Amino acid sequence: MTSLRKRLFLILVAATGAIWLSAVVWIYVGAKAEVEQVLDTRLQEAARMVSSLVGSGEVAASRAIAAVPGLSPEPASYERQLSCQVWSLDGRLVARSSGAPDARLAENASGFSDRVVEGETWRVYAVENVATGVRVMVGDRLGLRERLVADLIKGLIAPAFLIVPLLGLLIWVSLGRGLRPLNAMADQLQVRAADDMSPIAVGNVPVEVMPLARSLNALFAKVELARRHERDVTAFAAHELRTPLAGLKTQAQIAIAATDPAMKEGALRQILVSVDRTTRLVRQLLAIAKLDAHGVAPDGEQVIVGDLLDEIIAALKPSNTAIQVDVEPALHSFRVRANREILSLALRNLHENALQHMPGGGTVSWRLSLDGQGVIVEDEGPGIPDDELPLVTQRFFRGRHKTVAGTGLGLAIVAIAINRLSARFSLQNRDGRRGVSATISFEEARRAKEDALAGP
Amino acid sequence: MRILVVEDDPVLANGLKIGLGLAGATVDLAETCADARAALETTAYDAVVLDVMLPDGSGLSVLKAMRSGKDRTPVLLLTALDEVSDRIAGLDTGADDYLGKPFDLDELAARVRAVARRGTGRAEPCLSAGGIVLDPSQLAATVGGTPVNLSRREFAVLSALMERPGTIRSKSEIEDRLYGWQEEVESNAIEVHIHNLRAKVGRDAIETVRGLGYRMRPSA
Repeated sequence: MTSLRKRLFLILVAATGAIWLSAVVWIYVGAKAEVEQVLDTRLQEAARMVSSLVGSGEVAASRAIAAVPGLSPEPASYERQLSCQVWSLDGRLVARSSGAPDARLAENASGFSDRVVEGETWRVYAVENVATGVRVMVGDRLGLRERLVADLIKGLIAPAFLIVPLLGLLIWVSLGRGLRPLNAMADQLQVRAADDMSPIAVGNVPVEVMPLARSLNALFAKVELARRHERDVTAFAAHELRTPLAGLKTQAQIAIAATDPAMKEGALRQILVSVDRTTRLVRQLLAIAKLDAHGVAPDGEQVIVGDLLDEIIAALKPSNTAIQVDVEPALHSFRVRANREILSLALRNLHENALQHMPGGGTVSWRLSLDGQGVIVEDEGPGIPDDELPLVTQRFFRGRHKTVAGTGLGLAIVAIAINRLSARFSLQNRDGRRGVSATISFEEARRAKEDALAGP
Repeated sequence: MRILVVEDDPVLANGLKIGLGLAGATVDLAETCADARAALETTAYDAVVLDVMLPDGSGLSVLKAMRSGKDRTPVLLLTALDEVSDRIAGLDTGADDYLGKPFDLDELAARVRAVARRGTGRAEPCLSAGGIVLDPSQLAATVGGTPVNLSRREFAVLSALMERPGTIRSKSEIEDRLYGWQEEVESNAIEVHIHNLRAKVGRDAIETVRGLGYRMRPSA
């Protein structure tokens, strides 16, 4: 686990260190140039001074050297850095300062030069005085120059070693304080109960943490919704599974207790109704479990929807002869590429649903949708109250217009199956008349497949 | 004993109507919260058997409305949700008893009798007045210790009178206790039942209060 505090600390310390370091480099470069210029100027001045003193003829060369500050043999750390040699133009050493080497400091007649003499690098300025016939050379050791700059840098770095730990401590503590709102939020989350999905307070959360808090709250809301949905489904399931059992048991007890043969028979008939319904419920539960296990349906074959409908309708011949079923001929030339089993499950449940809701008879009509991309089934049942429309595809939901045989799973199965087929399902009450109109639209599924075929 | 059963499952509702009928109750059925509210407004019940999950909402909302409207009718919740927390929620909403599905019909009948009994402020299971003892659990009657055979209706008329001995019960009040919504009541049915009862439990046991109704004669 990475610690935000550690991370920020490292970044801040590294950044501060880097800035400090570049400042040091900058100062070093600048100071070095400055020092060189100043010292070069001093060399030049010293050389000219000695030259002019020698040139005036009043002072001997060695005295002239002693008269120039920096060349005199007084013990001082930087003072003695200058060395001076006075050569006659014919190459004879006329005089030299006390610290100066014996070897000639510069070869060139005049101007600046760098030269290694007796193992040391010298910076030398030479000036030629033709009138007095001498060449004055003043030089200093580069090592000394570097020491000067190094001392300057040391003076800069030394306090840094003292300040950096202090700065680090300061950064560490400040980070702790700065991250306090985050810690407070973490504490708040840590102490809450596992099933507490109430949103966390965002009142005094800093702007930077706000997105996190908002996302957390959104997540809580989503989890809570999912959990409530699950709880609802569990409650509905318990109701739908236990109620028929309670009915069965009650009726069985009546059948045992009743002395009246008609009452006994009535109870047994009720048991049959209940067993039929429970059988259907079990079948649908298995279907839904299978659909849940599937994921998106594997691509099936070309299915002629009209032919599949004919099979389903034949298998579900309504016992109620007052119900008429119409299938539009156009459906017999409507082909979709779909998993046959899943499509059949959806169509059968829709058909069953339509039949169940028309105990008084009527017409179930299957037809091609106007855009030619889907199937529409319409019944003449009581319709679905508008407030229940979004709920009827939920598992175990049974609305006000439920039927004896209904399990509350039919439309849920339809919705899941159609979703697995990547098709779209919509349900509405018919315009201006009784009944429900259900549409399965394959448009998107088909387009997706065309895109897939057209693609690389 | 007149009971309202609020249950949307037709097989179970049918079973409750017949089963509680066998136990001597007159049962009205309601399928939805709305039906239940309407029934409670028009009829006085001795007890209500209420399913929690109804097509148009929760039975608990019906219960809440009853209790906030000062309706003291005993309520037995009948539901598939029988987790402890559900039971607590039901009882705390104002239910008198709670039974999870599936249940035993005899137990349900006994619990309905119990809540109805407590609804009348009575603790003892048997009704007794002037030497007549009624045992609602067996639908059995004794007069002076001798068993007497009463029909279901006769038993119901007699228990209506004996629940509050000394109080005059009007004819329509007794009719309400005896007949459900769909049942046709003959205009002289109560008179016939009273007549038959007098023959079985003694001429003087039931007093006719002219123009008002009937009551048990206070024992001398």
